[in-house]
Amino acid sequence: MEFKSLVFYVFSTILLLASLRVITARNPVHSALSLVLAFFTAAGIWLLLEAEFLAITMVLVYIGAVMVLFLFVVMMLDINLIELRRGFWSYLPAGLLVAGLMVLEMVMVLGGANLGLSEPAPLPADYSNTKAVGRLLYTAYVYPFELAAVLLLVAMVAAIALTHRKRNDAKHMSPAEQVKVKKADRLFMVNIKPQKPDAPKEDES
Amino acid sequence: MDATMHTLLTPLIQLLGPAWLPVWTLAKIIAIVAPLMIALAYLTYAERKVIGYMQVRIGPNRVGPIGLLQPIADGLKLLMKEIIIPSGANKGLFILGPVLVLAPALAAWAVFPFTEHLVLANINAGLLYVMAITSMGVYGVVIAGWASNSKYAFLGALRSSAQIVSYEIAMGFALVGVLMCAQSLNLVDIVKAQSGGFWHWYWLPLFPLFIVYLIAGVAELNRAPFDVAEGESEIVAGFHVEYSGMSFAVFFLAEYANMILVAGLTSLMFLGGWLSPFPFLPDGFFWIAAKISFVLFLFLWFRATFPRYRYDQIMRLGWKVFIPVTLTWIVVVGAAMQTPYGYLFH
Repeated sequence: MEFKSLVFYVFSTILLLASLRVITARNPVHSALSLVLAFFTAAGIWLLLEAEFLAITMVLVYIGAVMVLFLFVVMMLDINLIELRRGFWSYLPAGLLVAGLMVLEMVMVLGGANLGLSEPAPLPADYSNTKAVGRLLYTAYVYPFELAAVLLLVAMVAAIALTHRKRNDAKHMSPAEQVKVKKADRLFMVNIKPQKPDAPKEDES
Repeated sequence: MDATMHTLLTPLIQLLGPAWLPVWTLAKIIAIVAPLMIALAYLTYAERKVIGYMQVRIGPNRVGPIGLLQPIADGLKLLMKEIIIPSGANKGLFILGPVLVLAPALAAWAVFPFTEHLVLANINAGLLYVMAITSMGVYGVVIAGWASNSKYAFLGALRSSAQIVSYEIAMGFALVGVLMCAQSLNLVDIVKAQSGGFWHWYWLPLFPLFIVYLIAGVAELNRAPFDVAEGESEIVAGFHVEYSGMSFAVFFLAEYANMILVAGLTSLMFLGGWLSPFPFLPDGFFWIAAKISFVLFLFLWFRATFPRYRYDQIMRLGWKVFIPVTLTWIVVVGAAMQTPYGYLFH
C-alpha cells in the first residue's frame, strides 16, 4: 500500500471514531473535545488532498475560535444528559433525513464522472490554492462575498442588540474615566506636625 | 558547504534507503528543539536575574558560578517530585492538558526560518500555519482547568480562554497588515520583503500594528501584566494550581517556549528577521538571535514594571482599543497602496 493511502486510512479511522464519540460520549466536554479531534483530522485529510488553505482555515477558525467558545459554554453549563438523551428516538427521523441527504450529496460529488462532471486535473507542485481562492473571492465572486460579510455583520449587530439590554441593578464603571484618574483626585497629603506623646504617669507605689 | 555536506551524507542516504527522509527530518527537528529547550531553560534564569537586578536584588547565585546551574537544579527538583492527581480529577484529560499546551508551542517552530535557507519546512502558507497552530494552545489551558476539578483552576481556564480568543483577533489583524505589505504568506518572503536596512523593516510603516502585536503577544502568553489566568493573588495559580512535579514543569516549559516563539515571530514580521540593520554588515543567524533576545528582554521588563490589569480593562483594551486600531491601519495601508505613496508600505 502506498504511504499516502495508509495515512488516509489512519486519519479516516480516527475521524470516524472521534465523530462517533461526539454523539455517544456521556460527558458533554468529552463530546466537544472529540469534535475538536474530528475537525483536526478532517483538516489533515484536506491537507492530503492538497487543499492547504481550507485545512489551515479549518484549524484556525473552527478549532482556534469556534470550538474554544463552544467548550467555554459547555464547561459552564450544568447539562443534564439524561434529559438530553430522552429525545433521541423522536429526533431519529430528522437525523436520518439529514444523513440521507448527505449520502446523496456525496454520491453526486464522488460519482461526478458518471453524471457528466469533469474530473479535477492534478495541479503543479508550486500551485498555491491560498492565492487562487483569494483571487477568485475578490474578483469573480466579490459581490456575493461582500453580501455574505454584510449579512454576518447584521447578524452580529442583531445578536448584540437582542441580548445587551440595559440593566439597572448592575454596577457600571467607565474604564475610560477610571484610567484618566490622576493622583491628586484620590490622594491628598496632610502635613501632621510631630507631636510628643504624653509622658507616662509615674507609678505611685 | 551544501556540496560537501551532500558528499558526506551520501553513504548514509544509500544505507537507509526509504527510511532516510523520516530519519533526516527527525534529526532536523532535534536540531531545532534541543537548542530551544536549552534556550528556554536559560530564559528562566535570565528572567530571574533581570527582574532581580531591576528590583535591586541579585537573583539566583548559589548553584554553580553566578547561579548558572540554577535551571538544571530546578529541572531536577521538579523531575523528582511526585505528580499528584487530585481524586476528583478527570485522569486522562488531566495528563493531556500540559501535553496540549507544549505540543503547539513546539510545532509552530516547523516553519520558522532562522536564516534564508535554515528552515525545516518552507511552506507557502507559513503565516497561516503559525496562526492556526498557536491558536490551539488554549485547549491545554482549558482542559487542564476543567479536568482539575477545582474552582480556582476552572476560573483560570475561563479567564484564559476568553482572553486568548479576544486577543487573537487583534493579533491576526496585525498580521494581515504584514501580509498586505509583503504580499505573501511565506515567512521567508515576508522577511525578504523587508530587506534594505533598519528603516525598511515593517516596524516603521506598520508601527501601530507592531505595538498592537507586541502587547497582544504578551496577552496571548498569559504573562504579566495580563496574567489573570494565573493571578496568584486572586486565584492562587489559576489553571495549573493542581499540577505538581513534571506535569507543572511542562506548563512552565510551554510558557517559555511560547515566549520565545512570539518574540521570534515579532522579529520576523516587524524587525526584519535575519536581516542586518546596516547595509555594510552581513545578514545572518546572529541578527535574529539578537532581535529575539531584545523582544524577550522587553517581556521581562514588562513583568518587572507593570501591575496586573483588571479583567474588564483587559477586555476593553482588546476589543475597544486594539481591534479598531488594527482595522483602521489596515484601511490606511490598503488606501495608501493605491496612491503614489504606496512604495512606503512595500
